[in-house]
Amino acid sequence: MKELNSKIPAGPLSEKWTNYKAHQNLVNPANKRKLDIIVIGTGLAGASAAASFGEMGFNVKVFCIQDSPRRAHSIAAQGGINAAKNYPNDGDSVYRLFYDTIKGGDYRAREANVYRLAELSNNIIDQCVAQGVPFAREYGGLLANRSFGGAQVSRTFYARGQTGQQLLLGAYGALSKEIERGTVKMYARREMMDVVLVDGRARGVIMRNLVTGELERYAAHAVVIASGGYGRVFFLSTNAMSSNGSAEWQAYKKGAMMANPCFTQIHPTCIPVHGDYQSKLTLMSESLRNDGRIWVPKNEKVAERLRKGEIKAKDVAEEERDYYLERRYPAFGNLVPRDVASRAAKERCDAGFGVNNTGLAVYLDFKEAIGRLGQKVVEEKYGNLFEMYERIVDDNPYETPMMIYPAVHYTMGGLWVDYELQTTIPGLFAAGEANFSDHGANRLGASALMQGLSDGYFILPYTMQNYLSDQIGVPRFNPDAPEFMEAEKQIREKINRLMAINGKQTVDSIHRRLGLIMWNKVGMARNEQGLKQAIEEIKALRKEFWQDVKVPATSGGMNNELEKALRVADFLEMGELMARDALMRNESCGGHFREEFQTPDGEAMRNDAEYSFVAAYEYQGPDAEPVLYKEELKFENVEVKQRNYK
Amino acid sequence: MLNLKLKIWRQKNNIDKGRFVEYNVDNIPEEASFLEMLDILNERLVLQGEDPVTFDHDCREGICGACGLYINGHPHGKYKNTTTCQLHMRKFKNGETITIEPWRSEAFPIIKDLMVDRSALDRLIQSGGYVSVRTGGVPDANSIAVNKHDADLSMDAASCIGCGACVATCKNGSAMLFVSAKFSQLALLPQGQVETYERVQKMVARMDELGFGNCSNTYACMAECPKGISVTNIARMNRQFLAAKIAEPLKK
Repeated sequence: MKELNSKIPAGPLSEKWTNYKAHQNLVNPANKRKLDIIVIGTGLAGASAAASFGEMGFNVKVFCIQDSPRRAHSIAAQGGINAAKNYPNDGDSVYRLFYDTIKGGDYRAREANVYRLAELSNNIIDQCVAQGVPFAREYGGLLANRSFGGAQVSRTFYARGQTGQQLLLGAYGALSKEIERGTVKMYARREMMDVVLVDGRARGVIMRNLVTGELERYAAHAVVIASGGYGRVFFLSTNAMSSNGSAEWQAYKKGAMMANPCFTQIHPTCIPVHGDYQSKLTLMSESLRNDGRIWVPKNEKVAERLRKGEIKAKDVAEEERDYYLERRYPAFGNLVPRDVASRAAKERCDAGFGVNNTGLAVYLDFKEAIGRLGQKVVEEKYGNLFEMYERIVDDNPYETPMMIYPAVHYTMGGLWVDYELQTTIPGLFAAGEANFSDHGANRLGASALMQGLSDGYFILPYTMQNYLSDQIGVPRFNPDAPEFMEAEKQIREKINRLMAINGKQTVDSIHRRLGLIMWNKVGMARNEQGLKQAIEEIKALRKEFWQDVKVPATSGGMNNELEKALRVADFLEMGELMARDALMRNESCGGHFREEFQTPDGEAMRNDAEYSFVAAYEYQGPDAEPVLYKEELKFENVEVKQRNYK
Repeated sequence: MLNLKLKIWRQKNNIDKGRFVEYNVDNIPEEASFLEMLDILNERLVLQGEDPVTFDHDCREGICGACGLYINGHPHGKYKNTTTCQLHMRKFKNGETITIEPWRSEAFPIIKDLMVDRSALDRLIQSGGYVSVRTGGVPDANSIAVNKHDADLSMDAASCIGCGACVATCKNGSAMLFVSAKFSQLALLPQGQVETYERVQKMVARMDELGFGNCSNTYACMAECPKGISVTNIARMNRQFLAAKIAEPLKK
């Protein structure tokens, strides 16, 4: 049995990180030059980590799956980034941001990690402004803020509806600077196939060059996985097409533990599904809930007429509308956390009040805001989002309310890491969405960008140095060593096996079926029976995949179908672990809602006596059940209570 | 449902000469996006044992800049402020022939079919498209006040998604709109001032090294830019370039 040691420093909560930094081990500049670090992924976490390592003097190799590091999916984050600056003077503080994040995560995150995140949030804003990130500003020239779900203060910094893009371009700039200096070497269009262990430590990776199809071996003293989340296990999600969980999954199979894999965020404001050929879903920023009001008709018959297209939303009189979030949660109203808003939408639709021809949509209405602020102000705030909506749906949201429905957006679960962001494999670190660390069972809006950048700019540079301090005598590794050759051989065999099946079903068609199992049985609401069925169905589908998938041979090395097949092969295993974890957790918390465990008025019912722990799974081989480890969560600085947004 | 004829550029690799291949695709839903239409074609090709069409794409919501197809003679199609992934099939007519080509520019070699190598854009940014600050040790964010008007203009310039449509549409293969957008984002902010003269000279020099052409003010780039980046950025960069050459020329 491995030991789960979270390595949380001693001392009071607010001094832990300061103490850590004061006592960590350092590496002198001459030795840094002799140490190599590999970073997988160039989103906010990966790019900021790689740039910072480079600045410190380490040799860095960084890999991305896209044609350019600037395209990582962090770029699609719209609404903003939280920080405890308290510029609006509305009572914010580091403690309050910490508290909101712990509470928002339904008390399933580590206190020490979350406090550090809140502490570092202010440094991030300073760093990004210094880089020239064009955040929104007030007329006096200082930074503007807006509100987001799960908070009663305005602490969200933003750059129109393109905050993720601007923060990523800032990190990409820093990365580009280091590439030019020669401290960082960039490899684009590469996908990680495996992590290589030498004597139990992570010492390198096997990459697949997506252009040539060749396998490449790279060695280093430490490896960081910052490859994002695995939401595309659901097929339809707001994730980018190349987003995948394979890097995490290979690390898991090599001995790193996966934590809380069932914690998935279903985002409440996405454009509804409209057809079975659809490839992905589009998010409408949570910031819209600042001014948009969510409603469905009070009367089922009216809902039915809306579904049939006999009447339009604007024909429904004010007194006929049920602003159900404002009704159920008067204190937070339309700004309740994402999990609460998503479940409430599902509840109304399941009860027969949904709109759109599918019945799977609710309205997000700006009529009141347009009346109050004028169309011009609304346009200034949300113009690009309205445009995007109109382009996809072919409907003008200034005149008719938007229709929205929840969609898979983010995975709170991920590789288990300790306080230093190190996995259970020494020398293997995980950052950003790829780790499980800070969001518990539900992530608050505008917190993903904060976490990615704090991991990359401000945490890993310290903890990596601490790890490498006793590696200075270790010479550079040879990527032709037997461990590397063996790992490469196994991947080659796996690829050959996939290509040889030559069955009758496309990768996408199987992936779509997996997505439906996941959405229906491991999605927004789960129950014991459904989860047990899901496990069996996924196993059967996995078998079918390995017998009947069709991966065409292509001329040359580029083979998109093979890329997808390798990812789906992993999704077919991950989905099962997610279902197992959801089945184990006999409680409802955050994004994990078990129908058996709810309060009489339909709120999530936690079971703190038995489930106040992080569930970490250790791989035991193909088709064997993983071993569950529990990291108990201790709350010494917040009072654990049932979440209340009423 | 639409029945369409597609004329798609197929090219095995950078050495292959390439050619147009025609495909008939039937029963395309009008709500589908342009890339979903290509997905449907590819799914059929795979089942027939043919090589599917390769193209770049990722976020499919118009922000990552990965996608970029020349559609009926226009980069990203003929509609304003629209990336390829945001183009929907309802904009096409039943029975229409759609011609689909890759970006064609000397600086963007074709990798396969509709996929090109745009790494030259990264090398342009590497030459100086950033503020040279290190992680940590920076002042409080609100110690730097920025006039709202300038901040907004900076954000306009920063909206560039780096798709390369400006280069692809330019008869000279110039990257002026791309470079000037990044230059302007930083030049309009106090944080970018310190390195302005150095930045403009380095980025222009790198543009020449990489084989991008010169700007002859046709403004095709602005007309085709899916993010509406303005050529006023080019004018700003030209002014600053001239000023830099006089005030602080870089030593060769």
